[in-house]
Amino acid sequence: MSTVLDSLSGIVGERWVRTAGPALDTYASDGLPTINSPPRAVVIPGNRDEVIAVVRTLAAANVPFVARGAGTGLSGGAVGNDASVVIALTRLNRIISVDTVNRRATVEPGVVNARLSDATRPHGLHYAPDPSSQAACTIGGNVAENAGGPHCLKYGVTSNHILELEVVLPDGELITLGSPAGEPWGPDLVGLFVGSEGMFGIATRITVRLLPIPGSIRTLLADFSSVRQAGEAVSAVIASGIMPAALEMMDQSCVQVVEASIYAAGYPTDAAAVLLAEFDGESEAAVDAESAQIAQILQANGARSVRTATTAADRARLWQGRKKAFGALGRISPDLVVQDAVVPRSALPDVLDEIAAIAKRYRIRVSNVFHAGDGNLHPNLSFDGRNADERRRVEEAAGAIMEACIAAGGTITGEHGVGSDKLRYMPLIFDAETLTVMRDTRLAWDPAGLANPGKVVPIHACREWHAGGRARKAVA
Amino acid sequence: MSGAELTIERRVRSLLGPDGVVDTNPAGVPRVAPRTTEACALILEAAASHGWHVRLGGGSRWTSDDAPADLTLSTRGLTRVTRVSPPDLMATAEAGIRWSELKRALADHGAWLPWDPPGADRSLGSIIATGTAGPLRSGFGSVRDHLLGLTLVTGDGRIVRPGGQVVKNVAGFDLTRLAAGSFGAFGLITAVHLRLRSVPRADVTLARTGTRDELLQMAFAIRDAGEAPAALELASPGITGGSSWTLALRLVGSEAAVHEARRVAAGTAGKLEELAPADGAGFWNTLAENAARGEVTLRLGVLPAGLADALDLVTHHLDEECLTATIAGGAVRWTGAGSAGQLRLLRAAAAQRELPLTIERAPWDILSALGHFGAYREGVGRLVGSLRRVFDPTGVLVIPAGEG
Repeated sequence: MSTVLDSLSGIVGERWVRTAGPALDTYASDGLPTINSPPRAVVIPGNRDEVIAVVRTLAAANVPFVARGAGTGLSGGAVGNDASVVIALTRLNRIISVDTVNRRATVEPGVVNARLSDATRPHGLHYAPDPSSQAACTIGGNVAENAGGPHCLKYGVTSNHILELEVVLPDGELITLGSPAGEPWGPDLVGLFVGSEGMFGIATRITVRLLPIPGSIRTLLADFSSVRQAGEAVSAVIASGIMPAALEMMDQSCVQVVEASIYAAGYPTDAAAVLLAEFDGESEAAVDAESAQIAQILQANGARSVRTATTAADRARLWQGRKKAFGALGRISPDLVVQDAVVPRSALPDVLDEIAAIAKRYRIRVSNVFHAGDGNLHPNLSFDGRNADERRRVEEAAGAIMEACIAAGGTITGEHGVGSDKLRYMPLIFDAETLTVMRDTRLAWDPAGLANPGKVVPIHACREWHAGGRARKAVA
Repeated sequence: MSGAELTIERRVRSLLGPDGVVDTNPAGVPRVAPRTTEACALILEAAASHGWHVRLGGGSRWTSDDAPADLTLSTRGLTRVTRVSPPDLMATAEAGIRWSELKRALADHGAWLPWDPPGADRSLGSIIATGTAGPLRSGFGSVRDHLLGLTLVTGDGRIVRPGGQVVKNVAGFDLTRLAAGSFGAFGLITAVHLRLRSVPRADVTLARTGTRDELLQMAFAIRDAGEAPAALELASPGITGGSSWTLALRLVGSEAAVHEARRVAAGTAGKLEELAPADGAGFWNTLAENAARGEVTLRLGVLPAGLADALDLVTHHLDEECLTATIAGGAVRWTGAGSAGQLRLLRAAAAQRELPLTIERAPWDILSALGHFGAYREGVGRLVGSLRRVFDPTGVLVIPAGEG
């Protein structure tokens, strides 16, 4: 390994290779606190050519590597171990071009999500996917995880916004996927790459679609005396045919935590649930009419009150509590696990009841803040990780919540990815045949299995590990 | 009929029993239409072990029925809509159902799939396998953007079920996007989970005629002025049956939003004529049918600023009889009769401009020479080859994806 590290220093310069000390600890976790695993080394290349040289060096020495952006992921995906090298892409942070006529931009992977929209705002354009961590997370990480965000209800997730990708394959070869206008050049390899969690290679240039910033926005806040009513109101809004830009819900536990924090947004603390609905469009008149219609629907479906925010300042205040909810929740206990699961919208009321029952059974505080419009739940489990019994109960409660979501016809992750954290749930939603094909798909990109090994596909659940299954030749 | 073919037919009959229909095409090639995914898997597993070559089809003739194969595997027996959930805005349907029937079944539930693919009476599977989106791509994205998950039978008869039934899902690799638009190169799609929308309250079509380039300018002005239209399509006279080019704008949504967008568009593009609802529907139906009326149909992925140049390019190498441009969706479509030589030259010229040209449908002699996709970009062909070996290790599927 030491020769490899010397070679890496030769490529990027000694100051950009970290092999010991607190620097490694920084990269030992991502946003998921329960996994802590320092890599053997961290290398921080400064440009694409250095990325290629680094990957080639590691491939030649058969050393696994983990590409990493800002490390805000919540599934333990961008974490290596003592046999692997983290390739941090934060120095590849240039916005290479903004093409206003064709509404697209080409960026390096280390560009921070919010910075891209900042740069395109003067042109009346923005990059729509807006994960809660957008002030810190990178576009490269968004591509790896197929990140979502509140506004993907109307505008789609990352995958809907990536047109072209330049990728360094795990053997160091540089290829371009997609085409300038986004039409696949052959099978949709951009679509396959997005969400592959760093297991297919490293994207070094990313061309994204930009959308016009809506001219008019209204934000509604409705509060309900039961979670079930709020869930039913969500279905009624969706059925109206008016597509909200965002439709977010917080339960009472979450609202109370937010209101007790410095992020207080004026949410009614006695409500069982509050619903934040946003509508946007080009014309003031149309957005006014639509939000008035939705306000009526919310009231007809049991809302105790509906407030409408028109000015940017009022809207920001209503959003503040939602956007800072995770931060506020982080203050009430030493540790916090943010779960991520999706259920069919119609199952929301039942599943929320069940989550409440699970919280009670395991004596864990669970607060819900989530993307109600697409059924994407984020149960937050507050605990003290120093207490082994509490840790165990959190693990078990999280598992029980996942099982409830799957039983309702849902899935184990809507936007955070599988990473290490959700590996154990993969066999609950995919059969051995499907997992085997996923594993082999990965090997088509990375025959040596060096790019972020051990994530996404639980190898033990693939076909040839199953006694009695059809025997198939195992691929390394 | 040769002895070998008889053997295949007999084997297939014994495998399927009552679980599918078997007949032979005029050339004597057995054609099998199983009624379940599992039966499709049995057929492909047998094909892989016996070394048969299999052509996939859905009965709507979007794959070359003259492709050389030992067996045709059709989705004609898979025609059920197994689930429509209006509150979740999702449905599950089998691949062989006709598009017209699926649309009706969804409309009965107040649901809508914003697709208007070229061609008449397509099967759902053919729309997905070819990835052919129509004018609504401008407002609602590609075919893939509406798929939540699917069931795929690989070339060696394994049943793979990536994705799921919920509208947001990042569990596992996105094999759904890989399979959609790959012309069957990764297997036979037998069922799909679809993301739906509520039937829009208002649906308005406005149109005007003029010269190609003035309409193109107008289209950009509309795009830049306001609300994203559901469709903004430029069509040649051969497509609309008129004497000059047509620019058509479709607005869908709430009454208020459509009213406002109509006002803005009229202020931008001058005399846009609003069609009566039945005429609007008729206009888009005619456009869809004529956009696939030739024996060859192809599409080019084009940036908005490159549309005029791409239209010139197609006109130069082929003709401008049946051409459409999806302004915001970044696509140019052509249909007609073209030789392999013409198409090869067009593809080469397009590739120089970084415009991928996909041949969606063509007689076998053209497809086998040129492939649906042609030459891939550097390094990509090797990757696609590796991926195909994962899904079809023994090369059962007769799909000319890359350049032959």
